[in-house]
Amino acid sequence: MTEPAELPAPAPQPNLETQPFWDATAEGRFLLKRCDTCGTVIWYPRFLCPDCHGTETSWFEASGRGTIYTFTIVRRGQGPYAGAAPYVAAYVTLDEGPTILTNIVGCPPEQVEIGQPVEVVWHDTGEGSALYRFRPVG
Amino acid sequence: MSIKGQIAIVGAAETSELGRIPQLSALGLHADAAVNAIRDCGIDKAEIDGVASAGQSPVAVAKHLGITPTWVDGTSVGGCSFMLHVRHAAAAIAAGMCEVVLVTHGESGRSRVGNGAWSPDLQSLNGQFEVPYGPTGPPTMFPIGVLRYMKETGLTAEQLATVAVVQRQWAAQNPRAMMRDPITVEDVLASRMIAYPMHLLECCLVTDGGGALLVTSAERARSMDLTSPPVYVLGTGESCETPMVSQMEDFTTSKAFRVSGAKAFAESGIGHADVDHLMIYDAFAHLPIYGLEDLGFVGRGEAAAFIGEGNTAPGGSLPLNTNGGGLSYTHTGMYGMFAIQESVRQLRGTAAAQVPGVEVSVAHGVGGMFGASGTLVLTNQAQ
Repeated sequence: MTEPAELPAPAPQPNLETQPFWDATAEGRFLLKRCDTCGTVIWYPRFLCPDCHGTETSWFEASGRGTIYTFTIVRRGQGPYAGAAPYVAAYVTLDEGPTILTNIVGCPPEQVEIGQPVEVVWHDTGEGSALYRFRPVG
Repeated sequence: MSIKGQIAIVGAAETSELGRIPQLSALGLHADAAVNAIRDCGIDKAEIDGVASAGQSPVAVAKHLGITPTWVDGTSVGGCSFMLHVRHAAAAIAAGMCEVVLVTHGESGRSRVGNGAWSPDLQSLNGQFEVPYGPTGPPTMFPIGVLRYMKETGLTAEQLATVAVVQRQWAAQNPRAMMRDPITVEDVLASRMIAYPMHLLECCLVTDGGGALLVTSAERARSMDLTSPPVYVLGTGESCETPMVSQMEDFTTSKAFRVSGAKAFAESGIGHADVDHLMIYDAFAHLPIYGLEDLGFVGRGEAAAFIGEGNTAPGGSLPLNTNGGGLSYTHTGMYGMFAIQESVRQLRGTAAAQVPGVEVSVAHGVGGMFGASGTLVLTNQAQ
């Protein structure tokens, strides 16, 4: 499911609260949590609902589709990203509701637009997880 | 202007578990404790308009819990920060800045999940003037003055060990305490030497856990449908002395303790004889000794004999560290929250090792290595 990175893919360090999320990324599945009590979709992964404080929550697989909410073009990367610029750092609003930080790949940075529909692609970190990035659809 | 009796703790709870909690990050421990405290007082989270925390930023805590505060306090001066948070919250509530303040602590001290790495800034004062000489953090740096105290007052190794023995007597009555098996002075002195003259059993535990409090006005507390009676704040104090333990004015007494304690007692208007129950943050066995003297419960050099005579033990005249303390109950890293929690339980009458008839409890904390201090005088008697 995952493909080689065109951007660096530094591995995140999961803990037991986030482990199921990162484990699923290795299989190309984007998991979200939903509150069993009030139905709120929860992002970032945590053990409780920030809305009602319910602690009964369930993982579900998201569609992997969303829309570009806003973005910037990074002109000078740091750390693992040194030399990788220019690249796009964007907020994508998932079809399920949450807005997340990610990269837009698969098109030149200057062609990225607010409102573009995008879909998830997975970039293997080589350490049992993958980074979710998004590419324009159609 | 005084806040005496005008402020109340209406919610108090610890994390559901204590000890080893690898499934929760430090921030998750804050949240777990907060949810438990919110349920403890039956408040709607929308009523919370103040957030204070240390270790994790109050910004992160508020976001994690979906709270939008009008008052934020990130005072972080070590393990007594939560005493200072209550004090600051009291002032803010009295000034009308906010009405209901959530104070949280959570630390993954043992499992180190999302807790950050401890590494000194080598350009800081202690980075330049202490770290190069090889002290390995609190176990060597904190007790370094106690040998001088022993020299000056005649405190013996057996007397120091007795502090740990007595606290284990309390812990033995507490199912949530990590260490509950009775120990003797001989056991303490036979335990591994950590840094002369401190043995393993004279050093605090290293655990995962957290706690949270909800603080509001006594007036508002009266109109709330509370599950437990309010605990009122009679007096508060805070101070600080030095970022480098090597620069204490006198290594046998804490100036921050003396200043903070005197301030809290003066505001409360009570005398030492009025105190039914006492918590003194015990990162190491000498802290209750320093605390008893610096808070004025006993005179200079008298604390060890006072403890040795059983005054602080179960059945004694001044029950001290009745949860078992940092030595036997739990010690996440910033233990002060647990001292307050035990004071609240004793005043509510819900402690595991309940002392009969507690009306006034003092919770006293240390921050860093005698760097800072905070003191709360609490009561269950409406003023």
